[in-house]
Amino acid sequence: MKQLLLGDEAIALGAIHAGLSGVYAYPGTPSTEITEFIQGNAIAKERGIHSRWCTNEKTAMEAALGMSYAGKRALVCMKHVGMNVCADAFVNSAITGANGGLVVLAADDPSMHSSQNEQDSRFYGKFALVPIFEPSTQQEAYDMMSAAFDLSEELKEPVLLRVVTRLAHSRAAVEVKEPKAENALNPSSDQWVLLPGIAKKKYAVLLEKQTAMVEASEKSVFNKVESIADKKLGIIACGIGYNYVKESVGDNANILKVSQYPLPAEKIMTLAKECDEILVVEDGQPVVEEDVRRIIGDIAPVKGRLTGDLPRMGELTPDCVAKALGKEMPVILDPAKNLAARPPQLCQGCGHRDVYAALREIIEEYPDARVFGDIGCYTLGALPPFKALSSCVDMGASITMAKGAADAGLRPALAVIGDSTFTHSGMTGLLDAINENSAITVIISDNLTTGMTGGQDSAGTNKFEAICLGLGMDPAHLHVVTPLPKNIPAIAQLIRDEIAYEGVSVIIPRRECIQTAARHAREAKKAKEAQK
Amino acid sequence: MKKDIILCGVGGQGILSIATIIGEAATKAGINLKQAEVHGMSQRGGDVQSNLRLSTDTIYSDLIALGGADVVISMEPMESLRYLPYLSKDGVIVTSNKPFVNIPNYPEEEALFAELDSLPNTVVKLDIEQVAKDAGNARGANMVLLGMAAPYIEIVTIEQLRNAIATVFARKGEAIVEANLKAFDEGVKASK
Ligand SMILES: Cc1ncc(C[n+]2csc(CCOP(=O)(O)OP(=O)(O)O)c2C)c(N)n1
Ligand code: SF4
Repeated sequence: MKQLLLGDEAIALGAIHAGLSGVYAYPGTPSTEITEFIQGNAIAKERGIHSRWCTNEKTAMEAALGMSYAGKRALVCMKHVGMNVCADAFVNSAITGANGGLVVLAADDPSMHSSQNEQDSRFYGKFALVPIFEPSTQQEAYDMMSAAFDLSEELKEPVLLRVVTRLAHSRAAVEVKEPKAENALNPSSDQWVLLPGIAKKKYAVLLEKQTAMVEASEKSVFNKVESIADKKLGIIACGIGYNYVKESVGDNANILKVSQYPLPAEKIMTLAKECDEILVVEDGQPVVEEDVRRIIGDIAPVKGRLTGDLPRMGELTPDCVAKALGKEMPVILDPAKNLAARPPQLCQGCGHRDVYAALREIIEEYPDARVFGDIGCYTLGALPPFKALSSCVDMGASITMAKGAADAGLRPALAVIGDSTFTHSGMTGLLDAINENSAITVIISDNLTTGMTGGQDSAGTNKFEAICLGLGMDPAHLHVVTPLPKNIPAIAQLIRDEIAYEGVSVIIPRRECIQTAARHAREAKKAKEAQK
Repeated sequence: MKKDIILCGVGGQGILSIATIIGEAATKAGINLKQAEVHGMSQRGGDVQSNLRLSTDTIYSDLIALGGADVVISMEPMESLRYLPYLSKDGVIVTSNKPFVNIPNYPEEEALFAELDSLPNTVVKLDIEQVAKDAGNARGANMVLLGMAAPYIEIVTIEQLRNAIATVFARKGEAIVEANLKAFDEGVKASK
């Protein structure tokens, strides 16, 4: 049966049908829909597949590793920068190895449609020495889930599945299969204690497995060869890069499609020996291009992003690939003259707006004030009309950067962080600040949800005062306010008072995100109607 | 046969339900489809677009190439201009003529419409919100727009689109289906 599915939905359904027992994830575009699909899926509900959101990517990765230890199939999902957060657990999971199938899904965002960088997760797979799958279509994404879990159990290693925005958020018809049963509970009898003596042995085992991983890539159905008589150019096309190549040249090219790593070195050698030149087409950073150069030496020249044949940054497009393949560009209309950028904005009525209106007053009164921002809807406070933020780097960095700046003597040093970001990575930094009683004023703008990614449950809801007090906050400098236009003067005054205090202050403006509030109202109405 | 369609507008205007309906009609008709959407950051009042590719042959790329779009369907006039370099030589623009102004530097309206009118391509524009209101379905502006675009989509027929509307809105009840079909029909009428 065929179903019209987003790439993310194909991954989710593929995982469920492969006998998944738990998905562990923290939201992040473009990966969020995978977990949301599993949360709403009937089979997942019937089987009681774990799908509740985790506090961050590291807790997700570790919980999934625990499920794998117990013998069941687990999936971890995150956006690319989440790999940085869980890197410690991820890299070490390759040393412990897996028991039940363990698949780590990283959704990369070349062109930074909704991210702060375009790092390529394939580096992490290479770094950890584990196999990587990279689908080119929604159908492959579905099929690969099963293949990845099988390979993970065969090799007893975690497997990385890397997708990009254009696959994750694009819909196509997918042929689906019958769901498999879950694994039975079967805890590992192996020791996963990475003391140096044991870790050395385990690392040697991981290195030994590399041959089997390369062999799996060489014979993978996802890595296929297309040949023609004209051997001027050989194309190595990775993931969705393959689609743009096919769109441009159809069946008229020598192509090695790469969708499973480590790279099939033998296949690459064969192509290089046959062809005069090699072009590497990959979405993201030039990971494969560098490796191909290393594998084939000077057998054939290699073109790609590093040679300028494809742009060094940004996602692939049918246009840049066609150009690299020497196709003539069509005559097109010039960009319009009467056109302005339309950046995203905080919703009208959003509580963050009232927080920033108060902060704007402070910034105008204290020219030396710096407000360190964080990641979420409230990052939009950096844009006009508020222009209130000096930084936004990575989740949790607002509190710690304010602390460092205060240590350097900067006054007043403020931090703005969302509720979900605070529990993700802000709490530990707040503990540092409390332990030194740093002169910072922290605003935890609590809208009771993870707004930016579409309103998922936020791990710390109803617990923020308790968390701050538990970390050792002085209750006299912990305040909760309601961000409403009428309260802006009072909030501004409170900030003034707390700036004057040479120690840690926390102000929690709390009002529900209006988008989730509207959704909850609709759900309540529906529930009431259903009762009648 | 192929049809490459760019759907665009401002976050929250309901372009994705237009995509869903065309997608449903295409799938029923056995036509291949790929639809790239934009989620996340751009939905808070920013510009949004979706690439919808329909073909009787295999479709490889999820994205439409420059100069490749057969139809640009836009919920907002300035947004329809954003994709000019993607419009094919014979491509058609179908757009609402009601500006949605949520930025301080929105262009001069007169100049904007003069630019739209000066294009060598066919441009169909209409006050879809007013038409929807007159048809008694104030929330059906996107269905009016779909109706306006229907004669240019060709690869699925107007009747197939009507059936898809009925299917997609079925769980919301008969009345909603009827209201949306009426808005759609008004759009078709206005387009001719
Ligand atoms: C490491 C990492 N994981 C996930 C994300 C994606 N992300 C960006 S903001 C955000 C949620 C922010 O929620 P909250 O702090 O509550 O602020 P709100 O958007 O609700 O204002 C998420 C999940 C990210 N940027 N980095
Ligand atoms: S989605 Fe919610 S938190 Fe985000 S801008 Fe809108 S109201 Fe504010």
